[in-house]
Amino acid sequence: MAAIETFYDVIRRQGVTRRSFTKFCSLTAASLGMGSTAAATMARALETNPRVPVIWMHGLECTCCSESFIRSAHPLVKDVVLSMISLDYDDTIMAAAGHQAEEILAETKEKYKGKYILAVEGNPPLNEGGMFCIDGGKPFVEKLKWMAEDASAIIAWGSCASWGCVQAAKPNPTQATPIDKVILDKPIIKVPGCPPIAEVMTGVITFITTFGRLPELDRQGRPKMFYSQRIHDKCYRRPHFDAGQFVEEWDDENARKGYCLYKMGCKGPTTYNACSTVRWNGGVSFPIQSGHGCIGCSEEGFWDKGPFYERLANIKQFGVEHNADEVGLAAVGLVGAGVAAHAAVTAIKRITTKPSDTDRDA
Amino acid sequence: MTEATQVPGVLDSHGERAAPLQTVYVYEAPVRLWHWVNALAIVVLATTGYFIASPLPSTPGEASANFLMGYIRFAHFASGYVLAVGLLGRIYWAFVGNAYARQIFTLPLWNPKWVWGVLYELRWYLFLVKRPQKYVGHNPLAHFSMFFFMLLLTFMVVTGFALYSEGAGRDSWQYKLFGWVFAIWPNSQDVHTWHHLGMWGIVVFVIIHVYAAVREDIMSRQSLISSMVSGERLFRDEYES
Repeated sequence: MAAIETFYDVIRRQGVTRRSFTKFCSLTAASLGMGSTAAATMARALETNPRVPVIWMHGLECTCCSESFIRSAHPLVKDVVLSMISLDYDDTIMAAAGHQAEEILAETKEKYKGKYILAVEGNPPLNEGGMFCIDGGKPFVEKLKWMAEDASAIIAWGSCASWGCVQAAKPNPTQATPIDKVILDKPIIKVPGCPPIAEVMTGVITFITTFGRLPELDRQGRPKMFYSQRIHDKCYRRPHFDAGQFVEEWDDENARKGYCLYKMGCKGPTTYNACSTVRWNGGVSFPIQSGHGCIGCSEEGFWDKGPFYERLANIKQFGVEHNADEVGLAAVGLVGAGVAAHAAVTAIKRITTKPSDTDRDA
Repeated sequence: MTEATQVPGVLDSHGERAAPLQTVYVYEAPVRLWHWVNALAIVVLATTGYFIASPLPSTPGEASANFLMGYIRFAHFASGYVLAVGLLGRIYWAFVGNAYARQIFTLPLWNPKWVWGVLYELRWYLFLVKRPQKYVGHNPLAHFSMFFFMLLLTFMVVTGFALYSEGAGRDSWQYKLFGWVFAIWPNSQDVHTWHHLGMWGIVVFVIIHVYAAVREDIMSRQSLISSMVSGERLFRDEYES
C-alpha cells in the first residue's frame, strides 16, 4: 500500500477510464447537491490529494449496511470507493483474515495517525464489560475506542451505529450503545438507515475523502445534503395525502390506486432520509412505491416507536401499550365523570341546604 | 309610578328598586379579547389536530380536485399562528395591563395567605366548607391551575412550531427558533405524540375550566361568565356574611 497514492492513481490502475472518472465526479457532485463546478473541484482533489485511508469496523450489526453499499447504483462508485477502502481494512470483505488482518489496524493507526477515517458499522454492547461482542479476541468496544483514538473522524454507518437500532430496542439486554455515546472526543457523522441508501453512503465517503472534511451536519449529526427533508415532503403520493385520499385497508381499491399510506402507519412524515428522491436499487423503487408504508428505519429508536401499521405511536408508560388518543380519552372520561359527580353532589347539597342559606338575602 | 321614579337606582316594570351591588373592573378589554380568540383558536386547533392524526374517510375523485387534508392542515397552522400571536400579546399585556393581567403568569408560593387560599378553595371543592371566599381576580386555586394551563399552552406553541418547521424546512426561522425540541426528542414521532397528549391535556382543562366557571357563577355569589364579557366582576351579596 503506497502512502502517496492518490484516488485517481488507484482507479486508473484498476482499468477505469478517465471518461468514467469524470462521469463519476459529475454524478457524485450532483447527488451531493453541489452544482456543476464542484465536479471539477472534485476531480482535481481526487487526482492530487493523497488517498485517505478508511478503516471499516463491524460491531453488533447485520451487515446490511455493507450489503447496501456494494450495490451502489453507479457501478463505478462501488468499484472505486470499495477498493479504496478494502485496501486497508474491512473484516467482512477484505482478503486478509486473522492476525494478518488485525495487523493492518495497528499499522494504519500508527502510519496514518490522526489522518484516517474510522467507519463503524454496528455498535458496541457495553453490558458485562462488552462481552456480548467479541472481535479478534477482545470486546469490540475496546477495539473501537482504540482505533478511534487516532482517527480524524468517525462515520457511524446505519441506524445501529447512529441510534442503536434493533439490538438497542427495549429492553436492550446487551446495552447496545450508539457510537456517539461511546466516543465523545471525535467528530462523528451519522448516516442512519437500516440500511442507509447506497448512494448516500458512497456520497458521504466521497465527500470526506475528496474534501478532507465532514459535510455540513444537522442538529442530529446527519449530513444535511441527504437528511434534511422528510420522506413525506418528496413522496410521489403526497398529492393524495393533501387531497385526503388514503389507503384504508391493505387490499382495498385505494391501495390499488396508490393512495397515501398515512392511515396504514406510514412513518414518512417523521422520517428524514433520501428514499423518496434517490430511491433504491438504482432508483428503481422505494418502500412506499411498492405499496408499503415507511417504517422510519433511519430515525432514533424506531423499533420502540411502533406500531409500524398505525399512525399514533404507542405510549408504554401505562404498562400496556396505548396511544395518545386512548390515554387522552381515558383522562377525559375520568375527569368528565369526576366533574359530573361533583356537579351532582353540588346540586344535591344546594337543594338540601337551601333553607338555612336564605339568610344572606336579608 | 311617579313616586317610584324619584327613587335613585334601577327600576323594574313595577317601579321597584333593585339593590345596587358592588362591581369591580377586573378584566381589561385586551384580556377579554384574548380569552375568546384563544378559546376559538383552541376549538379549531383541537378539532383539526385530531383530524390530522386520524384523517376523515378518503375523499372520492381525483387528487387534483381535492385538498381536504390541505385545508385541515391550513386551518390548524393558521389558528396555531393566531394562538401564538395571542399568547405573545397576552404576555405583553401582563406587563402593561392592570395587576389582574399578570396574575396567571406568577405563582406566589411564598405568600402564606395565598397558599391558605389554595387550601381553602380545595376544601370548598371537597364540600368541607360552606362558603367560598370572594376574590376580585382569580381565586388561588383557579390561579394555580391557570398558571399550569399557560405552561401547557406554551408547550403546545413550542412543539407546534417545531413540528411546523419540519415542513417549513431546515432554513426556516421556525427551525432556527424551535429546532432544539428535536435535541430533546430526536425522533419527531415523539414530538407528535407529546403534542397530541398536550391536546388532550387542554381538553381536560377546558372541561374543568367551564365546569368551575359555571359552578362558581352560581355557587360563589360572584359573576364569572359575564365578567369575561363585560370585564366587571359583580358581587351579588350586598355585604359579606
